[in-house]
Amino acid sequence: MRGLLAFAALRGHAARTALAVLGVAVAAAMLLDMVMLSTGLRESFQHLLLSRGFQLRLAPRGTLPFDTEAMIPGATAILDTLRTLGDVTTVSPVLGAQLHVPRDGRVTTTFALGVNPAAQGDYELRSGRDPNDANELVANDEFLHAAGLQVGDTLEAATGYNPQLRTFAGQRRLTIVGRARFLYLSAGQPAVALPLRTLQAMTGHTRDDAVSLFMVRLRDGASVDAARDWIRAHVRTVDAISTADALAQVDDRLRYFRQLGYILGAVSLMVGFLLITTLMTVSVNERVGEIAVMRAIGVSRPHVVQQIVLESTVISSAGTACGLALGLATARYLNAILSQFPGLPAAIDFFPFQPRAIWTALALLASVGILAGVYPSWRAASRPIAGTLREEAVA
Amino acid sequence: MSALLTARDLYRDYALDGTAVHAVHGVSLDVAAGEYVAIVGPSGCGKSSLLNLLGAIDRPTAGTVSFQGRDVSALGDRALTRFRLLHIGFVFQRFYLMPILTARENVELPMAEAGMSRPDREQRGDELLRYVGLQARGRHRPTQLSGGEQQRVAIARALANRPALVLADEPTGELDARTGAEIIALFERLNADGTALVVVTHDEELAHAARRLIHMRDGAIITQEVLAPNGSSGA
Repeated sequence: MRGLLAFAALRGHAARTALAVLGVAVAAAMLLDMVMLSTGLRESFQHLLLSRGFQLRLAPRGTLPFDTEAMIPGATAILDTLRTLGDVTTVSPVLGAQLHVPRDGRVTTTFALGVNPAAQGDYELRSGRDPNDANELVANDEFLHAAGLQVGDTLEAATGYNPQLRTFAGQRRLTIVGRARFLYLSAGQPAVALPLRTLQAMTGHTRDDAVSLFMVRLRDGASVDAARDWIRAHVRTVDAISTADALAQVDDRLRYFRQLGYILGAVSLMVGFLLITTLMTVSVNERVGEIAVMRAIGVSRPHVVQQIVLESTVISSAGTACGLALGLATARYLNAILSQFPGLPAAIDFFPFQPRAIWTALALLASVGILAGVYPSWRAASRPIAGTLREEAVA
Repeated sequence: MSALLTARDLYRDYALDGTAVHAVHGVSLDVAAGEYVAIVGPSGCGKSSLLNLLGAIDRPTAGTVSFQGRDVSALGDRALTRFRLLHIGFVFQRFYLMPILTARENVELPMAEAGMSRPDREQRGDELLRYVGLQARGRHRPTQLSGGEQQRVAIARALANRPALVLADEPTGELDARTGAEIIALFERLNADGTALVVVTHDEELAHAARRLIHMRDGAIITQEVLAPNGSSGA
């Protein structure tokens, strides 16, 4: 009977119930998005860093990977040193440079990575094959589109370009042998990858054997911290950065972002609570006479409270369920916008679906909504019966 | 007849804008099982306040109310609520039916609260609606019923848990004369079937349908008279 009364009360004010559910849905969606944003970005970044199994990155001392144009000279010697550490299974040296591709009277500039195709962790092949030969490269769709090229085409590329004189330096004829998706580059950025030795030759770094970065993969179960410390001690020209270090850096850089997420999430929670409390207070105040009659004919105070809390439960649950759908749709839309953020890898997901965090947040909102019905209902059920009926009769 | 309800030295004071109002002032009263009592008096004389005390929906400032020898004034809220549910039926001037429930659901409400199973309360709900002549109106909501019909549903609701005593506060106050007469007849039948009734009213016809008439003024009982079955004063 309590369920019947609760549902009948909600049905009796269908428009108000629908608006309340919508309000809770908006609060739930915002809470959901803020939870995903505040905790998900870090998770997504971690997932990205570990996606190819490299636990350590070696950058020029005092810098972060590709944060400056600083280089690490003597790559072969460093490689040899790293291979003496038993826990190291793979080392991927990477050189970053600009590549200019003149074609049909215009020049397309792209980011180029010099890699060891057998050990690289920067791209995933989508079609074709790795650039195993010295004069081969793989490119992403953005570059192919910008330059008007396709797999199998040959191009003239240079690492130096003087736009006034229209002269090129470090020119080379290269063949596109594959299409690739680059993991760490931002959205829309044209990119190619070619053998490290080729790019070193084109950029004039053959003699100093310079690279921008090393990525190091350790055997399963190896201590990342121990390996990092060993490298710092034995390779003085680099900073060894573990995934945990990188995440700490990300945490530090995204601190304000995360705080904003927490604050907006807390605001959403409070809005949901206040919305349901206000609604239930209004609803209960309209029914003090009914509640007094129920009490007079013998309906117990806990049962009156249960009936009204059931109403707030229905509103909270329906609002939370709608909020889940709304929040996921909004997250998808916002992710599409934020993924264009300059300097961030396109593969970063700002709103990854993290079941535990999401269910916790939504359960919290639903619980808060349910609790919001307790106070007004208890207050109404505790009013003096005779006095309330007398007031109702006068009204 | 044995005393069903006993009130002794009842007082009920209210504070109204800082002034003490003595709504009930030293009332003592016995209601026997199966008795039919009407309480009359001018507006504001304390009739409804006394009825609220007798029905345990208000607590006396002083004095006691006992039901079947048990002092109900001393009961806590939970026990008092249970007492009202099982032993007292209420009929109000404005019916006070739940507008979101059908007539039969309104009648079933106290039975559900008492823990009766759904089939049993549906059967009892139908019986009671038949008793008040509304067997065909069970699925209608209060807004679809006339005032007299609503009051009959309220009477059926009051009888739901077979109370020994029904308290009615101006039950014909909102009804026209013809509909009021139907309610009076229903009360007479109810009383004839063994239910004790205490009715607060301004309605002469309803008052004279009772077997005992209590006159109140300024919160106190001033006279009581026993009425003959035809409504005239008796011995």
